[in-house]
Amino acid sequence: MNAIALEASFALNVALLLMLVAIAAAIAWTRSLVAAILLMGVYSLASAVWLVVMDAADVAFTEAVVGAGVSTVVLLGATLLVRPGPVRVDWRRAIAPAVLVVGVGALLVLAVSGLASFGDPSSPANAHVGRSYLVETPNDIGIPNVVTAVLASYRGFDTLGETVVVFAAGIGVALMLGFGPRSSLPQPPVQPGEHHVVLRVTARLLIPLIILFAFYVLFHGDLGAGGGFQAGVILAVAPILHALVFGLHATTAAIPAGFVRGVAALGVLVFAGVGVVCMANGGGFLDYDRLFMPRVEAMIPPGLLGDPTYSHNWGQHFGILLVEVGVLLTVSSTMVTIFCGFAGRATHDVGSAR
Amino acid sequence: MADATHWIGGGLVVAGTLLTLLGGVGVVRFPDVYTRIHAASLTDTGGATLVLIGLGILSGFTLETLKLAFVWAFVMLTTPAAANALANAAFSAGHKPRIGAFQIMKGESSEGAGPAQRDGGVAP
Amino acid sequence: MNFVVTHFNYLAVIVLMMTGLYVLFATGNLIKRMIGLALFQTSTALLYISLGKVAGGTAAIKIYPDSPEAQALAAQLDPAYVAQFGVSGVVYSNPLPHVLILTAIVVGVATLAVGLSIAVRIREAYGTIEADEIEAVRAREPGE
Repeated sequence: MNAIALEASFALNVALLLMLVAIAAAIAWTRSLVAAILLMGVYSLASAVWLVVMDAADVAFTEAVVGAGVSTVVLLGATLLVRPGPVRVDWRRAIAPAVLVVGVGALLVLAVSGLASFGDPSSPANAHVGRSYLVETPNDIGIPNVVTAVLASYRGFDTLGETVVVFAAGIGVALMLGFGPRSSLPQPPVQPGEHHVVLRVTARLLIPLIILFAFYVLFHGDLGAGGGFQAGVILAVAPILHALVFGLHATTAAIPAGFVRGVAALGVLVFAGVGVVCMANGGGFLDYDRLFMPRVEAMIPPGLLGDPTYSHNWGQHFGILLVEVGVLLTVSSTMVTIFCGFAGRATHDVGSAR
Repeated sequence: MADATHWIGGGLVVAGTLLTLLGGVGVVRFPDVYTRIHAASLTDTGGATLVLIGLGILSGFTLETLKLAFVWAFVMLTTPAAANALANAAFSAGHKPRIGAFQIMKGESSEGAGPAQRDGGVAP
Repeated sequence: MNFVVTHFNYLAVIVLMMTGLYVLFATGNLIKRMIGLALFQTSTALLYISLGKVAGGTAAIKIYPDSPEAQALAAQLDPAYVAQFGVSGVVYSNPLPHVLILTAIVVGVATLAVGLSIAVRIREAYGTIEADEIEAVRAREPGE
């Protein structure tokens, strides 16, 4: 038994993983599609708890917002549009996949036996590149959150690619499902019923707080768990909540669909633009040390971050902030576009609280 | 860990967890949508409150306590609103609340529990 | 038995992955297939995070060595262990898998949305989302 098995957190880890296995088995077993979707939301939330036990604070944050939030909304939206019957179970059809799955599983167990044991600090994954990021980040970048430093600076090019993928997915959904409410839909009646007064009041209270929290998460991504991806999805929740409670027409009147698409493109432009500016100043693409020209960098007041003795890595700080803003813009507007695509495709305005 | 705050805080956290577990038992055992919503939302809010108070006591009087207070305010705002939304949805779908004594007998069908839902479908 | 304990996470992840794969292959319902795919994707995320966990480590956010948190963490561990594997007196978990999975999760939901929009268009075109019924409709109308 190695060191990690004696930790209390290992029991928690085992319990959570068994819970995840039980939820996955329930998803495979159930014949109701809505039940499978809601179980998927529960699975995401349980895996977010497991991620916290595994010291992955940023990932837990993202999984909780994305998996238990946006993913469930999009799945339910699709189910509403499709209106399926119960999932049909055909036992003859299930034999070949079962055999395949058992075979692949056995091969994977064989492969996994070569991996280092769980929690081993001297494993090849943990001892070389991972550790070097932990050691070098205070000197090279100077922000406490190493995950954000790696995401936005060391591996910034990957993140640019991911942002473009998200943008492309938003455009794909918009092209297939439309950009918002269909113009042929009748406008819903302007008087919402009395049924939903609690929802309307709560939504009016929550929407500004959600937006504020999204920006808090964005700016504190350097210091604690957070960053552009989490903040973008949280920011997207505000218009989605508004559309769910007040109707898609009201939301599209407040935030036009064309504007949202433009913001998505702007986010990618900001991210790539930072890289081009760095190149123009003589560095490589996304080399934030060359973000500012030297005489501009000399003009930055040293006490900007509160510590008068700290005056280096300004390019990294500003570069990471700008890049995270770009990610926020693209991710939030893509999620809103995706939601408007699904919600706008309905043959009647199902979003309004009548 | 002989400190009094550890015992009180930890005890409150355990009590909150047990309360939430009881809510889960209630959801399984109660007969009807509305009683299940009642069980789930009450125990969810109460359990979360107890856990957060316990964590606040454990963390002393620091910035974390303020953050926990914000989390508590958020839970108190959203969980009852979600329960209201659920009950509204159930009512709009046609579920009538089950009035009268509920007796579990073998072979007894559950009348009055709402229109037969297509399995897996969304209510028309 | 020792193998099961030291590799428990990986075995559990394999079970989850295979469940997702099974749902993906065995059901004909397009939306349930997307759910199976999402299950498969999140379970590979669990594998990466398990690889990055370090015994006694904490989240990869810098804790100043003199602060009370650092001392509380160091008090629970063997000082030689902290000296060998820690960075400035604190043992951290590997941040690199966290970065990879963070973007993978967001991209996963984006691809889920694209897949579901395709399913919606298929439903509008063929009237059904069960794979065998779609095949039947396509067989009836050649050249579609």
